[in-house]
Amino acid sequence: MSVGASETRTRALAGFAAARPGAVLAAVLLAVVAAAAALAPLIAPQNPFDLSSFDLLDAELPPVWQQSSDPRFLLGTDAQGRDLFSAILYGTRISLIVGILAVVIQAAIGVTLGLVAGYFGGRVDGLVTRLADIQLSLSTLMMAIIVMALFRAGLGGEALSRFAVPLLVLVIGLAEWPIFARTARAATLVEAAKDYVRAARAVGCSDLAIVHRHILPNILSPLVVIATTQVAGAVMAEAALSFLGLGMPVTKPSLGTLIRSGYDLMFAGDWWVTVLPGLVLVGVLISVNVLGDALRDGLDPRRRVR
Amino acid sequence: MKAFASGLAFVARRLSQALLVMLAILVIAFAVRQSLGDPLREIMGQAVPESERAELRHELGLDAPWPAQLARYLGRAATGDLGTSIIYKRPTVDVVLAKFPASFELVFGASLIVLLLSLPGGVYCAVRPQSLGARLILGVSVLGISVPVFLTGIFLITVFSVWLHWLPAFGRGETIDLGVWQSGLLTLDGLEHLLLPALTLSSIMLPLFIRLVRSAMLDELGHDYVRTARAKGASPLRVWLVHALRNALLPLVAVGGLQIGTLIAYTLLTETVFQWPGMGFLFLEAVTRADIPLITTYLVLVGLLFVITNTLVDIVSLMLDPRVSLEGAR
Repeated sequence: MSVGASETRTRALAGFAAARPGAVLAAVLLAVVAAAAALAPLIAPQNPFDLSSFDLLDAELPPVWQQSSDPRFLLGTDAQGRDLFSAILYGTRISLIVGILAVVIQAAIGVTLGLVAGYFGGRVDGLVTRLADIQLSLSTLMMAIIVMALFRAGLGGEALSRFAVPLLVLVIGLAEWPIFARTARAATLVEAAKDYVRAARAVGCSDLAIVHRHILPNILSPLVVIATTQVAGAVMAEAALSFLGLGMPVTKPSLGTLIRSGYDLMFAGDWWVTVLPGLVLVGVLISVNVLGDALRDGLDPRRRVR
Repeated sequence: MKAFASGLAFVARRLSQALLVMLAILVIAFAVRQSLGDPLREIMGQAVPESERAELRHELGLDAPWPAQLARYLGRAATGDLGTSIIYKRPTVDVVLAKFPASFELVFGASLIVLLLSLPGGVYCAVRPQSLGARLILGVSVLGISVPVFLTGIFLITVFSVWLHWLPAFGRGETIDLGVWQSGLLTLDGLEHLLLPALTLSSIMLPLFIRLVRSAMLDELGHDYVRTARAKGASPLRVWLVHALRNALLPLVAVGGLQIGTLIAYTLLTETVFQWPGMGFLFLEAVTRADIPLITTYLVLVGLLFVITNTLVDIVSLMLDPRVSLEGAR
């Protein structure tokens, strides 16, 4: 029985994949990038956070396919002689960690509030909906810029760089919970009216158990779709903040910091320091968005019919 | 008459809400100044003995309890005085407002591009949803959403400035002084400088607006009145543009207006890439040099812009909504 079920599922997945070669490509690309980022300490020829491991004499070398390059540096070096390939690996790692943790916070707050609002309704629902509206009308990116700017102006660049990762995670994480809350609330409203919820209540399940064990598993699929696109948004927000000098410091560069530090060199002709990390960032963002679109179409029965 | 009165009540309610929000923003700005800034530094710098500082502090009422100081801050704000910039030694409001024309012309240029492309593009995607062109437009717009605005700028600079040498990469170019307004729109050099930044800024709003126009149009085209208009013999073009698009504009104004905060953030990023001497560029300079009065003034003025836009959007939505006809009430 279970063998049959898994076989059907595999076939459905194969059919889904065959219909969307773009999504498969995106998933593969993302898996490769994520694996490379996770294994960065093992793959990278150099530790880009360790200033003593690079030499100013190696500065501004182009990638290996260009003239006057050095075979030790696959993608060239930046102004301080840092190996760009290693820096991109570590930078992607930071960008992905910040992005994913920020979405975990968004989801934790948003889904909890959405479930509570949708299940209990009434005044709680009104309050949550109103809070979500206010939060959404303030642009996430603008709020994040303001908060990080105030931290920077108040604490100074030094202190900011020490707490950059937790600050970025919190600032990006706290700003976008309403996206999850709205979806969770709408889905909960639908589920709470169904018979199985009434049955669970009739046999004496507590509210907590009903919400947690019965409703939550049934509203997961739209939440997964949102989580995917939200990761793209969070990675982009982190890159934007770092590009403005309000995020990761130059000593611990994320992709955004790399793009920023390379940008000053671009007019001298050293395009690779900014363009290569930029391409990685765009590749990640497009892949996540394409995957999110495919998941939405795949998980939403209304769209499948069309 | 009744509709007119309710419209007026709505406007009054909306305006009082706007005032409340502004008050809240000012209180937050005051709190930031109190906790991060030292007002004495604005006036006399660091190298002044402590006894003199204490004396001046008392003279200026800076040792007064905070409610008294807040009241004075609000009172001054009402007359347009939000403090003195540490970097520029001038009133912060003047410093920030002097940069307003640059930012405004950038946003204006970008909005023009967005408007000129998103309306025809969105309508086309809605009336010919299966065509190759529509798929292409939507495909490219996914790309536009995925590329961060600063990278779009960097790519454009790489191609058009560094490789082709066609367009300048930074600054506003030649401007003409129109009294209070430094305009770059009146010289060829100024327009050349504007093109890449405006394109960059529009690239992030364009996909959103094309999708918005498309979905709003699709919604309207499904309604009965469209079928009626067609049955009367109106040409398809007339039905699309005069009947459906007019109603599709309503959600467009509402959603578009909500994007103002995002637009300000993207403008800030664009100004950084192109070293465009606007308000956002000034703000980042103030942040790196910890000019707290300048930072808070920027926040208050941007907050004001945000509140004004949102209030206007609500009122315009009311006027565009055919169900609440203000003229019909005469």
